[in-house]
Amino acid sequence: MNKNKEQLLNKRYKAEQRFRLYGLSAIFMALLFLTIFIFKIFSTGYSAFQKTWLIVPVTFDAELMMLDQNPSKEDLQDADYYDIALKSMADLDPNANEDQENELKRMVSYFFEKEIKNELLNDPNLIGKTKEVYLTASDDLDQVFKGNYPRDLPEDQRRVSDYQLKIFDQLVANGKVESKFNISFFTNADSREAELAGIASSFMGSIFSILVCLMIAFPVAVLAAIYLEEFAPKNRFTDFIEVNINNLAAVPSIVFGLLGLGVLLAIFQLPRSTPLVGGITLSLMTLPTIIIAARASLKAVPPSIREAALAMGASRMQTTMHHTVPLSMPGTLSGTIIGLAQALGETAPLILIGMVAFVNTIPGSPMDPAASLPVQIYIWAESAERGFVEKVSACIMVLLGFLIMMNLFAQIIRHKFEKKWS
Amino acid sequence: MNLILFTFIVLLGFTSYYFGRKKAYTIQSTKKRLTALPQFYGYYLAIWCAIPAFIIFSLWAIFEPTIVKLLILSDYSNQGYLDDELNLIYEKTKALSRGQFTGEITPFIEASAEKYLSLRSIAQSSKVVIVLSAIISSVAYAYKRISSNSRTREPVEKFLNAVLFTASLAAILTTVGIVFSLIFQTIDFFKVIPLFDFVFGTHWYPAKAFVRDSSEALDPTMYSDTFGAVPIFAGTFFIAFIAMCVAIPIGLMSGIYLAEYASTKVRQYAKPLIEILAGIPTVVYGFFAALTVGPFLKELGTSMGLEVSAESALAAGGVMGIMIIPFISSLSDDVITSVPQSLRDGSYAMGATKSETIKRVIFPAALPGIVGSILLGVSRAIGETMIVVMASGLAANLTLNPLESTSTITAQIVVILIGDQAFGDPKTQAAFALGMSLFLVTLCLNIVALRVVKKYREKYE
Repeated sequence: MNKNKEQLLNKRYKAEQRFRLYGLSAIFMALLFLTIFIFKIFSTGYSAFQKTWLIVPVTFDAELMMLDQNPSKEDLQDADYYDIALKSMADLDPNANEDQENELKRMVSYFFEKEIKNELLNDPNLIGKTKEVYLTASDDLDQVFKGNYPRDLPEDQRRVSDYQLKIFDQLVANGKVESKFNISFFTNADSREAELAGIASSFMGSIFSILVCLMIAFPVAVLAAIYLEEFAPKNRFTDFIEVNINNLAAVPSIVFGLLGLGVLLAIFQLPRSTPLVGGITLSLMTLPTIIIAARASLKAVPPSIREAALAMGASRMQTTMHHTVPLSMPGTLSGTIIGLAQALGETAPLILIGMVAFVNTIPGSPMDPAASLPVQIYIWAESAERGFVEKVSACIMVLLGFLIMMNLFAQIIRHKFEKKWS
Repeated sequence: MNLILFTFIVLLGFTSYYFGRKKAYTIQSTKKRLTALPQFYGYYLAIWCAIPAFIIFSLWAIFEPTIVKLLILSDYSNQGYLDDELNLIYEKTKALSRGQFTGEITPFIEASAEKYLSLRSIAQSSKVVIVLSAIISSVAYAYKRISSNSRTREPVEKFLNAVLFTASLAAILTTVGIVFSLIFQTIDFFKVIPLFDFVFGTHWYPAKAFVRDSSEALDPTMYSDTFGAVPIFAGTFFIAFIAMCVAIPIGLMSGIYLAEYASTKVRQYAKPLIEILAGIPTVVYGFFAALTVGPFLKELGTSMGLEVSAESALAAGGVMGIMIIPFISSLSDDVITSVPQSLRDGSYAMGATKSETIKRVIFPAALPGIVGSILLGVSRAIGETMIVVMASGLAANLTLNPLESTSTITAQIVVILIGDQAFGDPKTQAAFALGMSLFLVTLCLNIVALRVVKKYREKYE
């Protein structure tokens, strides 16, 4: 009998331990996913912050550029750089035949003509001289140099030919290939060529959308929260508003995209693909989040504050505007920032209002067509070229960096400025 | 021009505030008792400046384009043009007046473009005159009222209250906007495609509707067997089911562990770390699923002799499940912590171990709240877009094999509406009909879930 009891007890203790283990392993799994996730993004993305340059000697031959003696600035602008650009690439291998010369040309980005031109515009004295110029390597060679591209594939499955690899290896051996910090990733707009593509346009698009979103959502949400928390009578209508807000917070984001498409674009005829429309759509989406946060922080202000103000003869409006609202601001602001961070990461509604258009200029106002960072991630992830994979990861790193900064900022506001009542 | 006018009006508002306050001080200096603090006199005047300006501006924005259009098109009224052609003429006129017109310029259009420009300038100047005179007269009226020292605080506060109330309508307006934008397209869609075909049809092939000469009349028979949404609905629920298979055990168990077992220190670090998963944008999950999980599952399947699609439902659903873990874990954590301590104490007093207490006492007590949190998770899984668009197939495929690719409502909406849309096309309308069904399903789930959670909260408060 006693032994039986002991066995039962042991069994129960074992079950207890097992249950505990399940819980622990669930948390472990969740954290494992997070780790794999972040590791994967960083390990594929960090190399995009480096860019490979080929150092090629260029002879600025006045005759080939069709330049006269003592050319003016305009002449230099209009000169023909294609021939010297082509020639300097072809000179990498003096024995190259025509096909091979073509392959040599494809070792650098199609932007190489411009790069040579800029070199001369910076220093017009170079005419007739030879200088080593940094040229952006093609994205395939860039990937080869970073070790992301398998060299052992058969030649016909590779985008880089054996010949190009041979010349490239010679350049590497001579120290004529350099890897530098990829500034153009931050200053260029989107491009079809992976080596030239940058996040500047989508970054500005995101900033404009978020600003529009902030300017609409914040005032409306705070005013609505003040009304609902401080002034609204308790009746059916305000209950209805409340249920509405809670439901709106859980409506899928893509439905807001349909709203933007069906109302903002089709009825109000606002310009397509612009951060203005994107921002308005996102503001409708963040509205409930901010209202809920603002109400919570208004509720957290103790009634004694209100009573004291009322007792001193302040009106209800004065009590609210002078005391309750300022005291609730830290909570409201941190809620707003978290709402904006959500909006910043949102993709689907922006796709529907046309912010996926290919934009190769940097938008100067919310009325110019633009993409946004998450949409840029989507656009690049959908393109087949290998060079874009690391760009996507790098873009994700920039986006995550922003989100983390915003969330930290929200935390700081909350902890620094929020009054503890107790 | 509008910007200058606007700035000017704002400046006028500030000046009138200043004058109102000054007036209050002069009244005060005559030893009269003020009816409110001096700044209320200022606010009163500023509000009387803002209201007429706002009303006239909005009326203008609503009516000016229609009136100008009517005036322009009245030149063409007796020439037997169709409505569509008239609209086209108007668009051409506008483009020409902006200097963006690229087609052939006919003298007619040139004349109307000139008329358009002159009408616009007349409208603009009359707007300036009307706005300014309205502001001046209303401010003068208000100033007179201030001078007689009548009440100012009450009207100002009433106005503020009205502003606050209007702001609180924003949420309702958004909901109305959503329903409004969905319903008309949906109704048009069901005029062409019978509701029965949509709900019970098993072939979804909207690309077929794309090859249509837009000048021909709609032929409904062409679309039979094109818009059967069963594969889409099935795919949506199937992927959501896979996601919940991942999210419920992990989310629930970690919620329980955090609420009942974890030391404060573990809780302090583990909880925010898990919640990071909820803050990662979904497009990032989509990229992860498409680039890492999909190929990994495919390789794994091949090594076991299984045929796995690179865009399998399993990859999309699994990654979606990871995304939902924090929702379930933090909600169920909250729910479990709010179960009263007395229930636990009672169970311990009867000799139950911790896990027995959790399984037999706390879990049943917390069940409604947990169910609510799971329903919210399901609604999120159904509405999730980017993961499915990037990691799962885009062709509708009626299957229950998680290794094959399927498509969802959200993915189909994106596929149909990406790029340029032609309103009035059954294909575009189909996307809105799908959006409507998505909205209705998630709305029901949300209402039920929120109600369950609320009921549960009331029970223990």
